[in-house]
Amino acid sequence: MSLTRLTAAELAEKIASREVSAVEAAQAHLDRIAEVDGEVHAFLHVGTEAALANAALVDEQVAAGTALGPLAGVPLALKDVFTTADMPTTCGSKILEGWRPPYDATVTARLRAAGITILGKTNMDEFAMGSSTEHSAYGPTHNPWDLSRIPGGSGGGSAAALAAFEAPLAIGTDTGGSIRQPAAVTGTVGVKPTYGGVSRYGLVACASSLDQGGPCARTVLDAALLHEVIAGHDPLDSTSIDRPVPSVVEAARIGAQGDLSGLRVGVVKELGGEGYQPGVRASFDAALQRLEKLGAEVVEVSCPHFEYAMAAYYLILPSEVSSNLARFDAMRYGLRVDEGASAEEVMAATREAGFGPEVKRRIILGTYALSSGYYDAYYGQAQKVRTLISRDFSAAFAKADVLVSPTAPTTAFPLGEKVDDPLAMYLNDLATIPTNLAGVAGMSVPSGLAEEDGLPVGLQIMAPALGEAVMYRVGAAFEASRTADEGALVAPEVAR
Amino acid sequence: MTAPALVDYADVVARYEPTLGLEVHVELSTNTKMFCGCATTFGAEPNTQVCPTCLGLPGSLPVVNRTAVESAIRIGLALNCSIAPWGRFARKNYFYPDMPKNFQTSQYDEPICVDGYMDVTLDDGEVVRVGIERAHMEEDTGKSLHVGGATGRIHGADYSLLDYNRAGVPLIEIVTRMIPGTGERAPEVARAYVTQLRDLIKSLGVSDVRMDQGSMRCDVNLSLSPAGSGVLGTRTETKNVNSLRSVERAVRYEMSRQAGVLDAGGEIVQETRHFEEQSGTTRAGRRKETSEDYRYFPEPDLVPIAPSESWVEELRGTLPEKPWERRARLQAEWGISDEELRDLVNAGAIDLISDTVAAGAPAGEARSWWVAYLAQQANARGVELAELPITPGQVARVIALVAAGDLNNKLARQVVDGVLAGEGEPDEVVESRGLTVVSDDGALIAAVDEALAAQPDVADKIRAGKVQAAGAIVGAVMKATRGQADAKRVRELIIERVGS
Ligand SMILES: [Zn+2]
Repeated sequence: MSLTRLTAAELAEKIASREVSAVEAAQAHLDRIAEVDGEVHAFLHVGTEAALANAALVDEQVAAGTALGPLAGVPLALKDVFTTADMPTTCGSKILEGWRPPYDATVTARLRAAGITILGKTNMDEFAMGSSTEHSAYGPTHNPWDLSRIPGGSGGGSAAALAAFEAPLAIGTDTGGSIRQPAAVTGTVGVKPTYGGVSRYGLVACASSLDQGGPCARTVLDAALLHEVIAGHDPLDSTSIDRPVPSVVEAARIGAQGDLSGLRVGVVKELGGEGYQPGVRASFDAALQRLEKLGAEVVEVSCPHFEYAMAAYYLILPSEVSSNLARFDAMRYGLRVDEGASAEEVMAATREAGFGPEVKRRIILGTYALSSGYYDAYYGQAQKVRTLISRDFSAAFAKADVLVSPTAPTTAFPLGEKVDDPLAMYLNDLATIPTNLAGVAGMSVPSGLAEEDGLPVGLQIMAPALGEAVMYRVGAAFEASRTADEGALVAPEVAR
Repeated sequence: MTAPALVDYADVVARYEPTLGLEVHVELSTNTKMFCGCATTFGAEPNTQVCPTCLGLPGSLPVVNRTAVESAIRIGLALNCSIAPWGRFARKNYFYPDMPKNFQTSQYDEPICVDGYMDVTLDDGEVVRVGIERAHMEEDTGKSLHVGGATGRIHGADYSLLDYNRAGVPLIEIVTRMIPGTGERAPEVARAYVTQLRDLIKSLGVSDVRMDQGSMRCDVNLSLSPAGSGVLGTRTETKNVNSLRSVERAVRYEMSRQAGVLDAGGEIVQETRHFEEQSGTTRAGRRKETSEDYRYFPEPDLVPIAPSESWVEELRGTLPEKPWERRARLQAEWGISDEELRDLVNAGAIDLISDTVAAGAPAGEARSWWVAYLAQQANARGVELAELPITPGQVARVIALVAAGDLNNKLARQVVDGVLAGEGEPDEVVESRGLTVVSDDGALIAAVDEALAAQPDVADKIRAGKVQAAGAIVGAVMKATRGQADAKRVRELIIERVGS
């Protein structure tokens, strides 16, 4: 079997037992990237030399008997929103074209310390704003299931890299669904940890109070293994939680045994009605039956304020964006358009040339929402809604251990279909946004293919803050049961 | 269009009532910046004290400096403020090249210190209570250096250089409530407030409060209303007021200028003005086309500051005696006049004298050393008294050596010179320079006899009872012993020897 078809857990075991070298593992994936990425365009930058150097170091350490982390030598695709001292970091934007950060993000540093081989940086919607990667300044990523369709976004590059077997592991960031929705539409696993669970230091901010880095993989166990590498308190991020990381690997292993008896699974009434594709609803109904079969008790819960989540999100996010992205002004790094005599003119010309339309749209929205006289009506009200949504979650989690919904309302749609219709694009994140607003955890696990188009559908599982263990347990149980019946979801071979 | 004429100051205060407001920025002297671990040393090579956070690099995040919060709370407590039990930082959004993130992390509607006051004593002893509206924490900006062009300002410059060493240095902004009713004393009140605030903050040890280096900066808000009208006028905000004297001059000038505008039937424009040190005038800043909207919102990258009551009380326990109370106490202890006290304050000698006394010296001697010989030395070197390389303890030791008769005043000055020259402790200088008073009578008697023999006429006069004539002999003996003799003992020996 090709090395690229192995899970991260399998590959790690072979590397540790010296059955396969880390260099062979890295080379196999670099070859695969060379073979298919021309079509998929998951990567913006491939760091061949650094990847092979890391792999060689891991091999030396294995040979020397050095104790290594459980994922040492396993290749990984890193979303281009985390800083890397040895590779460019562009965030999918022209304004950062060629920028080489002088420092590693905490996530990057933890990956390196774990001996993980970083293959390169993956494509994304510019500054993580979008649900299709079509807003990348470097061209869209294509869904390996159907190259004419979107891979989701903003982390479409990371998800597509997994689905196309270019990497067994990837890192994404999730501000309103940017890990989970791409996972759903590519048939992969994606986890948005509890806010503060994974350090944001070196994660180029979209919206600070919503952004959260997380693991992406093809299996729940692989995601759990990666989760434990990147999670945990970081003194460089004041908002990172100073508490023990939940034992998600153990939870995934227990879950895979397939017993969910005694667990209550809440179906959120408000996430599943209008606007969901029939095949998505059918897949979700089947998932509920499967969870019951595994011993879970399925209950209905109501979160009445989720109705306002989208509106609140599109006030809070642009507000923070308008401020976070102010620093891109040509004075210190990145693009510089030297038009005009004054600093203000250079700033304006650079931002005009460097930012894409979606980023500009959100900067303008946010600038407006924070303006004096409008602040209370927009930003202030949105924060109140946020509080109400948190209360809805608290009430729901009093009735259920985890909540479930379809991850995205539709399967992957054709490239170009919604790129000029922002509202239609925003609706992709209808079901994922509430967890970001409340800071709770969420994951997407493949729940099969939609009958009408044969494309992957995702099941979203949500858990309270720091309740990742139960989320992984449910995800692993569901995954084990479904693959036993239907087999793992494997994208069709990408045409050469 | 020419500006209306200035109105004579006496005329201004006869017809108008000024309302003052003062905003003072104080740079804290923490070792590291407000939100990162960079050093804050003044005058370092440009852009050498920077990191991803204070350069605002993509992905970087702030972490609050606990010492800065501690300093802010101590300043607030010293100003009789309440300390907010919970508060957030806020982002103040505006674009400027010396601000790395294009927003300043500050505090907006949740300042850490609110609602305090300071009783300000004027020269004649009158006390004015100045209300403190708030004191909040924020980060400083970098510095722009505009190169080329005539003015040194951004407009007309060929290019600008940016130094981010100062970006992120912790600042405390202290804002007074409006101060009405000061009348003709407004300039004096403004100056006294800033002076007293400077002394207070200095006593807390949280800032250098050097106005000349920008570690203390003052903005003066001023408006005039027709006397007795009770209608508050439009205010101007004058920046760049960089010395205590300038505070007084800026208030005075704005009063005369605003009165001129009002007398001519004009309206005061609410604007930012800049104080011109050279001419003592203020000029309007560039008029902004749109009103400033900073789009404040709570800083999402930081968690709220929630100082516990026990922490606040612990910090209250660290507050030193207020400098003006301490001064009053020392004045009584040292028995000096108001004027003498003021001279000592102006010379920056209070702490030095007090520490010298604490090291065992009598107050009179300590005072005399610092305001006379040491003040001359500081003057000659062009440094502050406190910057002289001699400690109060060393001065006290010199005084003790004189008191014990081991040194006379002339030798004592040589010992001090030695200490200032880096030759070590006073005792080491005495040793190495061989400066002990000659108190060996044998050697002195020989010198006295020799001097008497050399001037027999003087010897006769002394013998005849003209004791004052002994001065000439004393001088000769001192010369012969290179000043190392104890003059008092020499005089005694002369009387002895002429009689024998
Ligand atoms: Zn720094």
